[in-house]
Amino acid sequence: MNMFEVIGERINTSRKLVQAAVAERDGAYIIDDVTKQIKAGASYIDVNAGARIGHEMEDMRWLLDTIGPVSTIPLCLDSPDPAVLEMAFSMVEKVPMINSISLEKDRFNAMMPFLEGKECKIIALCMDDSGMPASSEDIIGRGVSLIEELNKINIPTTSIYIDPLVQPISTDTGKGTMVLDAVRGIKAKFPLVHITGGLSNISYGLPQRKIINRIFVALMMGAGMDSAIIDPLDEKIMATIKTADMLLGNDDYCMNFLKGVRAEAIKG
Amino acid sequence: MTDFNTMTEKLVTCDAEGLLLIVQTALDEGVAAQDILTKGLIAGMDVVGEKMENGDMFIPEVLMAAHAMGKCVTMLKPLLAEGEATDGVSVIIGTVKGDLHDIGKNLVAMMLESSGMTVHDLGVDISPEDFVAKITETNAKIVCISALLTTTMPMMKRTVDAIRESGLRDKVKIMVGGAPVTQTFADEIGADGYAPDAGSASKLAKSYA
Repeated sequence: MNMFEVIGERINTSRKLVQAAVAERDGAYIIDDVTKQIKAGASYIDVNAGARIGHEMEDMRWLLDTIGPVSTIPLCLDSPDPAVLEMAFSMVEKVPMINSISLEKDRFNAMMPFLEGKECKIIALCMDDSGMPASSEDIIGRGVSLIEELNKINIPTTSIYIDPLVQPISTDTGKGTMVLDAVRGIKAKFPLVHITGGLSNISYGLPQRKIINRIFVALMMGAGMDSAIIDPLDEKIMATIKTADMLLGNDDYCMNFLKGVRAEAIKG
Repeated sequence: MTDFNTMTEKLVTCDAEGLLLIVQTALDEGVAAQDILTKGLIAGMDVVGEKMENGDMFIPEVLMAAHAMGKCVTMLKPLLAEGEATDGVSVIIGTVKGDLHDIGKNLVAMMLESSGMTVHDLGVDISPEDFVAKITETNAKIVCISALLTTTMPMMKRTVDAIRESGLRDKVKIMVGGAPVTQTFADEIGADGYAPDAGSASKLAKSYA
């Protein structure tokens, strides 16, 4: 049994208020946000300091200094720069998740030496130098390559979180089934691998995005997704995830569902 | 009597069959293909772009309208006099080096084309040098640069810098866009303009044309 893992996406300097808090070194704001995400049920706190160009290293260091003492859950270190990740990795106590590696040559070649010999979880994007995947087979092929390459440097399949890259349904109505089929395909070949990713791309270009995102996460969970990078303070999507997890048999005696109902986090 | 407003209405309601029918009727009545194109279809797509900008039309509807227009253009092309169809201002568009995300870029390219411009879509992962080379090659008056990632935004600046260093800066208007891009960023890197969506991009490009 495998409870769904929410990676809280809020500590990202591309979000205006977070960027302001980081620029002003407002630790109280960051601590408050992280505490709320943990309380809402996050399993990891993603930390991305990339938006203030030229300040990533110092911003990441300050964020980790600030979050470290209050975070009761592990962090997801989010950067394309191995030097920033190396520094960040040395600052955390709990085994972190790393966001991310992909098959894009530059990214792949930079990340492999960083990952080798480290104990961590790793998000692996189904992206390569030819661009976004164009079919389910394409996603599956890339997912399998990533798993095989990471296994070679002794990262176990259970530590790998494949991101199949959700694409907008508004530009091509086949994009929903494309990614759902891919998740089923990857899980059929590697039952122990995790599937994660952002979800909101699915609703890009359409109105009423939140209902699309909620129903989509339930469908993805049915296909095998067991983690997502989302805003844990979005109560409705969290309620959807908890309910879907219960329906998929991942909630013994429906305890988490019932707890959620009693806490008034899940409403009909 | 041809009412060009009906063409706009058919585009806005995504009625491809209806549109083809009235375009055919207009041709039968002797309306010039060029008039149908500019006063009917392009004017109609401007309305579609505006509606998209205001959140009254959504990407699937805009795609449907553009496909409907494309079918009509195929019908009109053989009837347009030499040069007429390609009168549009020359635009180049691409995503910056290192960025392979092209959904937004494709939508903008489609809207610019629908507004009568001659769009040279360079594709994804375009180096600053290639942008510069294509300006001369296509005699472009407008350069559209797209980036989706915060990590590839600095490449937008390098692309603008390269255009300036090549001495072509005064010959072109530079537009930038993509999820993390803002007006402030556009100003900082010395672009001429920023558009948050494909509808606004089309309007902005027209203001430069």
